[in-house]
Amino acid sequence: MSVLRPLDKQPGLNTATILLVGTEDALLQQLADAMLKEDCASELKIFSFFSHLARSLPLPSDVNRPRIDLIMFVVNLHSKYSLQNVEESLRHVDATFFLGKVGFLAMGAGQESHCSIHRNTVTKLANTYRSPLFFCDLEREGFRATVAQRLVRMLQICAGHVPGVSALNLLSLLRSSENPAPEDL
Amino acid sequence: MKKADIVPNIVKQYSNHAKEMDETVAEFFKRTILKIPMTEMMTILKAWDFLSEKQLQNVNFRQRKESLVQDLVLLCEKKRASVHDAALLDIVYTQFHRHRKVWDVFQMSKGPGEDIDLFDMEQFKSSFKKILQRALKNVMVSFRDAEENAVWIRIAWGTQYRKPNQYKPVYVVYYSQTPYAFTSSCPLRSNIPLLGQALTVASNHHKIVKMDLRSRYLDSLKAIVFKQYNQTFETYNSTTPLQEKSLELDIHMDSRIIHENRIEKERVQRVTQETFGDYSQPRLEFAQYKLETKFKSDFNGDILAERKEPLRCLIKFSSPHLLEALKSLAPAGIADAPLSPLLTCIPNKGMNYFKIKDK
Repeated sequence: MSVLRPLDKQPGLNTATILLVGTEDALLQQLADAMLKEDCASELKIFSFFSHLARSLPLPSDVNRPRIDLIMFVVNLHSKYSLQNVEESLRHVDATFFLGKVGFLAMGAGQESHCSIHRNTVTKLANTYRSPLFFCDLEREGFRATVAQRLVRMLQICAGHVPGVSALNLLSLLRSSENPAPEDL
Repeated sequence: MKKADIVPNIVKQYSNHAKEMDETVAEFFKRTILKIPMTEMMTILKAWDFLSEKQLQNVNFRQRKESLVQDLVLLCEKKRASVHDAALLDIVYTQFHRHRKVWDVFQMSKGPGEDIDLFDMEQFKSSFKKILQRALKNVMVSFRDAEENAVWIRIAWGTQYRKPNQYKPVYVVYYSQTPYAFTSSCPLRSNIPLLGQALTVASNHHKIVKMDLRSRYLDSLKAIVFKQYNQTFETYNSTTPLQEKSLELDIHMDSRIIHENRIEKERVQRVTQETFGDYSQPRLEFAQYKLETKFKSDFNGDILAERKEPLRCLIKFSSPHLLEALKSLAPAGIADAPLSPLLTCIPNKGMNYFKIKDK
């Protein structure tokens, strides 16, 4: 119950599950809606997925919860509270999750004057956990739809629905030369 | 046409039509009527009750505003309107546009052992006026009664050598059955003690104190000070809010979206409701906290923590509707519930200015 592990449950047939962790419930809800809309619009209609929205980890114990294929931690750069929440939640995730099944989403970078967390803080956080970081303004519908598209694709790969590509493959592809891993420096 | 050419023409025009009305009074009428938006013109003029229905019917309200104002000023001149009538019109305008002023709240108290006298409105008005006129030579006071035993008082201040300035008046709204009076901010700070004294003495009170409460929304200030904000309002609609709540959940209940922290969410909703209630909050625009406390730090050897003097700091929260914004913080996930009591005590304590010192 206390620590999330990636492989402790059987995968579902033709399904995948994403877990969105963040303090701002309304925005997570909108992102999940956008992802579901995206799923309907894509060609692979046999694929359906579940979104679990959580404010923080650890999750309450639930035997019926399916295996989680991808965790996205959502940080609002305008709120130190949301960063604190994410940092505390990260402790309840097993290390093996970070092999491509975790991502960070930072929102609010566009309004520099409202940011109380520096971009570098989240960049460092993502680098520490070797996970990809996306910047997105979740409040704008267009940007939300774009991020939803990427997340659905990422989810498909992490759940193993794309033949030949694994989560770890994707992770090494996403690691761009601009953000090299510390060992590479 | 140069400005110098226009002015003599206007003076001539007015002096031809009415020998009684002074140019300054005519100008005061013109400026006051000009302030009124066209959409409210009829309503406000009717409330003023100086020009009769018949007279108003004869005016063309569809013309351009400048010409309409000229016609109305001429009508006032014909009816021998005085500066006091103009002041009353100004009061009516301000009553309709009360949010254009920032209101302070004063609380009066009776001395120990004083009886509660029967309040006489006329005696209060004459006493108030006398006190001000005795102290200042040139001051103009106007009264307009309002509902709930309230009186709106307009004061135009002058000096020993100058007539009252009609364009910088102070308004006082006094609820006679209560010890509370609301005043618009006074540009001449030195007159505030005199105003307080006049209010106190005329209403048979002993002491007056300015509360740490200020807002543009007079009705909200009333609600806070008279403790009327936590009443659920007249129409019986206890069923509809419940329906609305469950609808909100249904729309989002796509079965493929699961909320893990439902229990926590419900707790937050419950705590928010316990703190803020179901009613709509009174409207304030800001809360200000003046801190004079020593700096507290978790780190040992922090330079700021070593200072002996208190650290001075001013924190101001602003919002178009502060209390509703605070109410929505925890449900939106921006803050933890329950909120700090410093924020939630605002309507209860009737303060939005706080001074915080170390105990």
